[in-house]
Amino acid sequence: MSRLGEWLADGLLITDGAWGTELQARGLDPGVAPDTWNLTHPERVEAVARAYVEAGSQVILTNTFRANAVAMQGDLEAINRAGVAISKRAAGARALVFASIGPTGKMLMAGEIGEEQVKAAFAAQAAALSAAGADALLVETMSDIEEARLAVAAAKSTGLPVIVSFAFDSGKNKDRTMMGATPEAVAAAMLEAGADAVGANCGVGVEYAAPVCRRLRAACGLPIWIKPNAGLPKIEGAAVSYGTSAEFFASHYAALREAGTAFLGGCCGTTPEFIRALVSAQRAAL
Amino acid sequence: MPDLDKLNEAVIEGDWKTAAAATHAAIAAGLEPLAIVTGCLVPAMDEVGRRFECEEYFVPEMLLSARAMKASMDILRPLLAAAGAQPVGRVAIGTVKGDLHDIGKNLVGAMLEGGGFEVIDLGADVSPERFVEAVVKGNANLVALSALLTVTMPAMKTIIEAFRSAGLREKVKIMVGGAPVTQQYADAIGADGYGDSAGAAVALARKLVAA
Repeated sequence: MSRLGEWLADGLLITDGAWGTELQARGLDPGVAPDTWNLTHPERVEAVARAYVEAGSQVILTNTFRANAVAMQGDLEAINRAGVAISKRAAGARALVFASIGPTGKMLMAGEIGEEQVKAAFAAQAAALSAAGADALLVETMSDIEEARLAVAAAKSTGLPVIVSFAFDSGKNKDRTMMGATPEAVAAAMLEAGADAVGANCGVGVEYAAPVCRRLRAACGLPIWIKPNAGLPKIEGAAVSYGTSAEFFASHYAALREAGTAFLGGCCGTTPEFIRALVSAQRAAL
Repeated sequence: MPDLDKLNEAVIEGDWKTAAAATHAAIAAGLEPLAIVTGCLVPAMDEVGRRFECEEYFVPEMLLSARAMKASMDILRPLLAAAGAQPVGRVAIGTVKGDLHDIGKNLVGAMLEGGGFEVIDLGADVSPERFVEAVVKGNANLVALSALLTVTMPAMKTIIEAFRSAGLREKVKIMVGGAPVTQQYADAIGADGYGDSAGAAVALARKLVAA
């Protein structure tokens, strides 16, 4: 059985929630790349990871979303390695650590960046995350199938299980990526690229996740990774909050499980409270 | 006018080579550069915006059209300047500090350029000081701010405050946009306008400079 299959043998795994907003609550300036805190404020990053483990996350991510050479500068190898080390310290034997690889933020099709540069950036990040001992690699918040293909190839070359997740946030039914790709197109391309699991994260809110989950599952048969946003951002004055409560979020547990998700957590706007609510929903469903 | 039909089609279809060739042909046929912009490029980009609104087009198609339009504008701009034609307005555009997402910003910039604006592109991760400096040095009368993340969105407010402290708030109109941004947020931070798409941004910019 594959490593992913072994992990999922007992059923759906609860993952974690948002990191950026949690780091801001611990003093991260909005103008600072959160990843740099792996070196400057490791104890605060670890506090976020620990909060998710304590909330019941069985899989936690790493604070390395932007740490590829196209998206940011700095000592990326050290940032990536520290990111994995911090999450592993927090996880101990209680949770798996899946290392986060986000998009470059540049568009291949617009000629803003070349394929070789993208490949090199992802290869370096994947190698650092793998060397630091990540259990699996998660390529997330993708919108471009071509860029995701390059990231998955780089991630696969480490020999670790690879999960790839797209942001479906466009179109009337919020079932297209920004680039117009459908769940079917994404699933087929990622199956062909050799991903071990595919999924949807970010997007617009938990209420849109089940149909996308079902379509991904039907199109490729791989385990599905789902991590929706809490909901649309709600603005009071100049402060940003997310409209959905932890209870509302967790009320979608049954629908998402029925839609075939294997990994379930939250993206922007979700907190350890959301994870606790998911864990309760999971217990209640047993 | 066969040349303009071809240019119109090339922009809508996102074929920059044909757009450039058709622009040269239109100029050679004696058409006024300004008439090419207002009679052809602007309507073509309006059509692209319409297709985007009704989900016939997504970002890739829109980018190709913007590139075709840019190829045409690159030929027309020196002629427009030589003829003394003034741009509709000067826009300093950028993604706010801490945010590296420039896809939306690039689209809006390209659409504004197609709408007859002179665009000063400051790139991504732009500090409030650089926005202020661009307005002073580039003599911009419009500032367009982009943010893709809720965590970087608050930088928009900081930028508006920087214009206020520099004593320039009355000199420029400030428009905001990006996935998490809403009209309500724009109002809350004291922006002059909000656009929910690249097409809407052009209409808004025209309205703001006319006000």
